[in-house]
Parts: sequence; C-alpha cells; structure tokens
Amino acid sequence: MIEFDAVGVSYVGDDASAEAGSSTTVFSDATFRIPEGELVLVVGPTGSGKSTLLRCINGLVPHFSGGTLHGVVTVAGRDTRTHRPRDLADLVGFVVQDPMSSFVTDTVEEEIAYGMEALGVDATAMRRRVEETLDLLGLADVRGRPLRDLSGGQQQRVAIGAVLAAGPRILVLDEPTSALDPVAAEDVLATLNRLVHDLGVTVVVAEHRLERVIHHADHVILIRDGEVSGLLDPAEAMVSSPIYPPIIGLGRALRWSPLPLSIRDARRRAGEVRDTLAALPPSPALAAGTGGDAVAAVEGLSVRRGSTVALRSVSLAVCRGEVVAVMGRNGAGKSTLLSGLVGQVRPTRGTVRLGTLDPVGAEPADIVRRAGMVPQDPSLILYAESVADECAAADRDFGLRAGTTASVLAHIVPGLDPAQHPRDLSEGQRVSLALAVILASEPAVVLLDEPTRGLDYAAKRRLVELLRSLASRGHAVVLATHDVELAAEVATRVVVLAEGEVVADGGAAAVLAGSPAFAPQVSKILHPLHFLTVDQVVAATGAAS
Amino acid sequence: MTARRFPTPLPRLLHPAAWWVWAVGLAVAASRTTNPLLLALIVAVAAWVVVERREIGATNPLVPFLLIGLFAIGLRVVMVALLGGGVTGRVVLFRLPEVPLPAWTSGVRLGGAVTLEGLLAAVYEGMRLAAILACLGAANALASPRRLLRYVPATLYEVGTAVVVALTFAPQMVEDAARVRAARRLRGHSGRGMRELGRLAVPVLVGSLERSLSLAASMESRGYGRVVRRTATSTRLSGMLTVAGLLGVVVGLYGLLDATSPVLLGVPMLVAGVLSAAGALAVGARRDPRTRYRRDPWGAPEWLVSLTGLVPAAAMSLGTAFSWPGIVPQQVPAALPPVPLGIVASIAVAALAGVLSPVPPLLARSREAVA
Repeated sequence: MIEFDAVGVSYVGDDASAEAGSSTTVFSDATFRIPEGELVLVVGPTGSGKSTLLRCINGLVPHFSGGTLHGVVTVAGRDTRTHRPRDLADLVGFVVQDPMSSFVTDTVEEEIAYGMEALGVDATAMRRRVEETLDLLGLADVRGRPLRDLSGGQQQRVAIGAVLAAGPRILVLDEPTSALDPVAAEDVLATLNRLVHDLGVTVVVAEHRLERVIHHADHVILIRDGEVSGLLDPAEAMVSSPIYPPIIGLGRALRWSPLPLSIRDARRRAGEVRDTLAALPPSPALAAGTGGDAVAAVEGLSVRRGSTVALRSVSLAVCRGEVVAVMGRNGAGKSTLLSGLVGQVRPTRGTVRLGTLDPVGAEPADIVRRAGMVPQDPSLILYAESVADECAAADRDFGLRAGTTASVLAHIVPGLDPAQHPRDLSEGQRVSLALAVILASEPAVVLLDEPTRGLDYAAKRRLVELLRSLASRGHAVVLATHDVELAAEVATRVVVLAEGEVVADGGAAAVLAGSPAFAPQVSKILHPLHFLTVDQVVAATGAAS
Repeated sequence: MTARRFPTPLPRLLHPAAWWVWAVGLAVAASRTTNPLLLALIVAVAAWVVVERREIGATNPLVPFLLIGLFAIGLRVVMVALLGGGVTGRVVLFRLPEVPLPAWTSGVRLGGAVTLEGLLAAVYEGMRLAAILACLGAANALASPRRLLRYVPATLYEVGTAVVVALTFAPQMVEDAARVRAARRLRGHSGRGMRELGRLAVPVLVGSLERSLSLAASMESRGYGRVVRRTATSTRLSGMLTVAGLLGVVVGLYGLLDATSPVLLGVPMLVAGVLSAAGALAVGARRDPRTRYRRDPWGAPEWLVSLTGLVPAAAMSLGTAFSWPGIVPQQVPAALPPVPLGIVASIAVAALAGVLSPVPPLLARSREAVA
C-alpha cells in the first residue's frame, strides 16, 4: 500500500547553520513497505523527523513544505513526486496534531462534507456518507454544533471523520491523542482500531505516549538519529527503542522476553513478581510535603464563565515541598484553577491567597514573586529573538541581577545555544526555557499547565528530576496534566476535578491506583499492590534480591 | 378546509437567499420614502418577521442594527441643529449662539436658529437610514451571511472560502490576543499601554501565521483545488463576466437605492448585471467538478417570501415615479404626513413572509413543547 524506496529528506541550510548552502538531513535511506490494513506506529524521540516521515506519505513533503526528497515514495501505485497532496486526497487522509487548526468550516456536518465537496462526490452519495461517518465516529448528537464548542476528544474525532468521509484507504495521524485526557484518548484509539479491523483501512500513527497505542500496533517503525528502521515487530522494536512506555520499562527491568505490550499480557507475566512484592514490607511512600503553612490556598472558590460553572466551591491548600497533580478530563476546570491561583480569573465566589497576598487585582509584578506559571503553550511567555535575550529580558522583568535566569537555565538544560531563536528550540527545550524564566525569581509556588505535551520520555524524565529538586528545595509545585505516568512519577498528592468540583484529593498512590482511568500502567499490572512507577518496583525487587 | 388546501410547510430553514431578497426588497422600499409612518411600519414588519421566524440559537443582530439606526437619527438631528440643513423652516424653536463664518462658506453656518421643519426633516432622513439598517439586521438575523456564503457561484468559490476562513480567524485572533495578554501578566507586566500592545502583536501575528500554514496544509491534503478542469479561456471568460456582473449589480443597486441618479442606472443596469453574473456562473459551473453538501431547496415558500419582499419595493418605486402623495411628505410647513393606503397595504404584504415561510426546526420544536 505504501512503499518507501531509499527515501531521504533534507533541507538546505537555514540562517542558523554555520555556512550557508549546507543542508540538514532529517532522515535518509528509509526503505519499507506497509501492506494494506496495518496499523503502523512511528516511534522516535522529539524532533527526530516523525512528522516529516508522515508528511512524505501524502506528499506534503516536499510539495508543501519544500526541502529535497530523495528516493521514491509510492502510495497505491501513485508516485508522490508527480502527485501533489491534493491528488492523493482520495487515497490518503491526513490528520494533524491540533485539529482546531485544520478545520475549514465551522460546524461538524459541514466539516465532514468539506473534503467530499472538494473531491466532487455527488450530492446523494455525499449525504449518505456524512450520515455513515457521523454514526461510525459517534458524532451524530453533535452534528449541528459549532466546532469550537466541542471537547478535545470530539474535535479529534471530527478531524478523523472529516478525512475519513472522503473514503481514503490510508489514514495518517500525527500525535492524535497528545492533547487528550486518558478517556478521550482511549475513545479515539478505539475508533482507529475499529477502522483497521472493520474496514481494513491502513493507519500510520506517530505518538509520544506509547503507553496508549503500543498494544494496538501491528508494526513499529523506529526513527533515531536520522535512521529509519524497516517494519519491526512491536515487541522486538521495544527491546532496543530509545523511548518506551513504563510497561516496557518494567519488562526490561525484570528481563521478560518477549516483552509484553498490553496490560493483560503483563499481568499474566507478573504473577510471580506480585507475590514477591507482596511479601515485602511496605515501601516508604514518597516524601509528602513538609506541612506547615500553605503557600497557596483557595477557599470555596467558584468561577462562572457565562452559563457554565468552571469551578464550584473548590477548597485546596498547597504547602511547601508538595507536588500536586491536578487531573480530570478536558474542560474539568484544571486550567481555570491554575489561572485562578495567579489571579487571571476573577472568582465569582470564594477567596484565593498566595501566602498573605490576594492575587485578585494585585499587581502582576507582586504576583510573579509568589507564584509563577508556565502556560500550556510555553512560547506564549517567550518574546525575545534569542535565548540570551530572553534570559536578559527576564532578569529585567523581575528586577534580578543580570545573569540569574541564564544560570538557572544552565542548571536545567546545560549547553543550550544562547543564539538560538526560542521558536527553533525543541518542545522540551522550550518548556525548559519557559521554566527557567519563571523560576528565576524563585516564586514559592510553581504552576505548570500540561507540561509534557509533546515531550518524549527522555525530556519527561529531565522534567521530573527538575520538579523533584524544586520540591526538595521547598518550592510548592502544582501541575495540571493528563499524563498519568508523569503524575505517578512526581506527584506527592493528586487532586481530581470533575465538572469543576474536587472529586478526589489525597496521596498519589491512593488516588491513582484506585482509578481505572487514571491508574498508571505499573499500578494496573501490579494491582492490588500500590506501586506506581518502574523505579519503585526496581528499588523494591533490588532490595529483595 | 383552508388548512388542507394550503398546507403549512414542514419546519425547515428557508433558503438564505430568499430572506436576503425579501430584506433587500424592504430596504429598497424604505430608501424611497421619508414618510415617518411608512418607515416605522417597515421597521415593525421587519422586527415582527424576525420574532416569528428566527431560528433558536441564531445570533440576533437586529437589536444592534436598530441601536445604530437610533444613533444615526440622533447624530443627524444634532448635526442639523448645529450646522443647519437644506430645509429652511419658518417655525423657530430656539436659537443657538451663531459663529460668524466668512462669506465663501455660503450655505454652511455654525449655530443660529433651529427650526421645527429643519429638525423634522433631519429626523425623517435619519429614520430612512435606520429603516434600511433594520432591514439588513433582519436579513442577518433570519439567515446568517455565513449560510449565504455557501451559495456563492462556483466561479467565486475561492473568494467564498477565503471569506469563511476569515470569519473563523477573526474571533480566534481575539482569543489569541487575550491569551498572550494573560501570559504577559505571568512575566509581571500589566499588559496595558502602547508599548505592551506592541509586545502583544508579535506573538499574536506569529500564532495566526502558523495557524494559516497549518490550515493551508490541511486544505491541500483534503483536495482543495484538486480537479479544476477549466481551460484558460473559460476561466478568463467567466472571470470577466463575473466582474462585469458584479459591477452591474452594484451600480444597479446604487441606482435603485439612490432616487436622484438617472433611471438608466437603476433597474436596467441591475438586470444587465444579474444576467452577466448568471452567465459567469453558467460558464464557470459547467466545468466545475465540485459538489455541494445539502443545498437548501428552493421551493414555493422561497418564491413567496421573495415576492412579498419585492412587492413593497415595486409599489414604492412606482409611487416615486408617478409622485404619489405621501411618499415624500412635504416639509415646509410642518404637517402630519398623510398615510397612503396603497403603500401601507404593499408593506403589509411583506409581513406575510412571517406566515408563509416555514418555521425553523428548533423553533418549531420549542413551540410544540410550549403548546
């Protein structure tokens, strides 16, 4: 169905590179053949060229993005060198990472029909296919709704439906679940699985959160340092993959072979381990906060936005040394709670305190000394032309000694090129830069909104270490996240929001392990034991042997 | 009996073009008269039909349009009081202190006597503008321009798409700006003042640029502009016809709405423009392989609604041509304007649209629930 023959992509050197005219190779010599009806997962670290590889399939590279394509990509017999993306539209459906940015029209029904209109499908067939697509993706009850009002999961399903309705045999998805909560992500992946199994559609997916997709995959393509593997068996690929989900981490640590990919397989293998671990004395829980006075607190906080209640009498106090993960589905009020803590939303009822300061109506300059927030899109707080300028600007903004921010940054990510433009940094580096800017003034509370969006496991691990060291130095950390594995690694306390209300608040182990949606993989495998991360298991078994 | 002979149409949305024809008809009628009673009647008809046939959840721009209309009346009155209008009346209400101006500014004065006739003329003129605005507001409320955009001729498809995208982008940019401003506060800045505004511009522009690129990629990979089988000649021909047609329509409408322009600029120009545009549509559409999803049908209710809107326009135009009394009431001396019954009847015909058109589906459902 899809054939890559010695394919490579390179861009002619940009102004950042030392000598003009030199070219940067994204990857080279990719040769593989994806048969029909396969679900293939593209795995690689951030910035390794996964998106570029996906964009080769429907010809966006090189027709749309420029650059040089070497070798031949053939899709169902059509050569992408001679066929533009629009000529492949009836064959390949391409779903981008942020569905909202890909919508052309403004209601669900029209968006689904749009592609067919462009392809000239006749009106009766189009009507029928729209209805079928609405049913297939479970969107019938929102068909007339404006796209902006939908939840993230619904938007992603509309984006899939919109390309699917045109009847492509191949579906290419770039990080379809990175912005979704675990339940919505499961929804989207179940849909994909159904398309593969019921309709025989060929699906190619790139995804960072391997724990969500690896067990659905038939084959895996690994990209590392510009090298592209052929089609690998998922279990074999995971033995050497540089990035891997916790389930694989556990399997590798316990030297299981072949590696189990699904929770079910892993549970079957883990019987023995569970017995050993159960016999051990209970391991000490992650150090909880030092207690004492709260550095940030909300009391009976309610926030109303138009007709919806974003938060309903939420009370929460965060102490020094605590790492609080705020979880809940998309739109549960996580971001509103964080914004409320830094005085960006006006409470309808209730009070907010940062130490003794009421952030509502306070000067922003006073707030940032007490609470610093890294927004969901870190580039929002980066304005300068280069990393060095950004650090200098932050020193000026917060009235710090020159060089403070730069030294904080050097501590977080050593060796960042100070001349680079913030937009040219990788996602992980950008988060780090934003963090450095926020941390420079040493606020007592650090808030992070979805910090792991687009981060691979290595970048995530660095972030976890950083957050832990912050907590140990007496900062309080509050993060809103969908990423259960991150919460399991770093949180001392988990708060679950639903419909703007606190439905659970307690130690990470107690809250996460008990929930079917929010339980991390290790906890699912070792249930009913309260282990959350591979490190905990390794520490326990290491002590045992 | 009558119910069976004239079955009320099933609940559905009327074709947006029908509503726009109806509203433009009313607006043309309003533009021809300065009789305040007739203008008030036109606004009442427009408002009543909106109340009767606006779909639930649709925006209601009628109210803001009416407010703008009121503002126009007020502005006009103030200007006339200050600067004097074309009407020199006899009944002086009061005198403002007058600023002497040099002789060459004849006709313009600052301050001075304010006459009843002058003020009334200003109110009438203002009301005319307000009534036209009310008609446009009604059209917007009954059928959003976005729905109308789906019916742009195939030759103008690209333009239509661009407008739709722009309509979606504008609110997103506002949202972006709010987000960037909030982020600015996270850096300890207030986000207010001119310098701050400059700081906001860059991230907002970069953000929308990135979104445009990603939208373009999405449209490209979904087959936008894929099989345009038009030849160069037919493209050129249809393009020329389109431009000529649009020009004709615009000039024709102007001629119709502006009663002082020569007759030739009115209906004949409009007809020529429409014909030329239709030609362009035919030439362009013949080779256009794109199809459209779920077009609204054009049935009997659409014809009826369009006709009821055109009746007052026709009556008023005839009235102007034959100088029927009451369409342009005399202004010196001030008198209660007469009520020409024929014209009133023709405007009442336009109100029939509120009965003849099908009820929008959601509105029908909620009415049933109430009943």
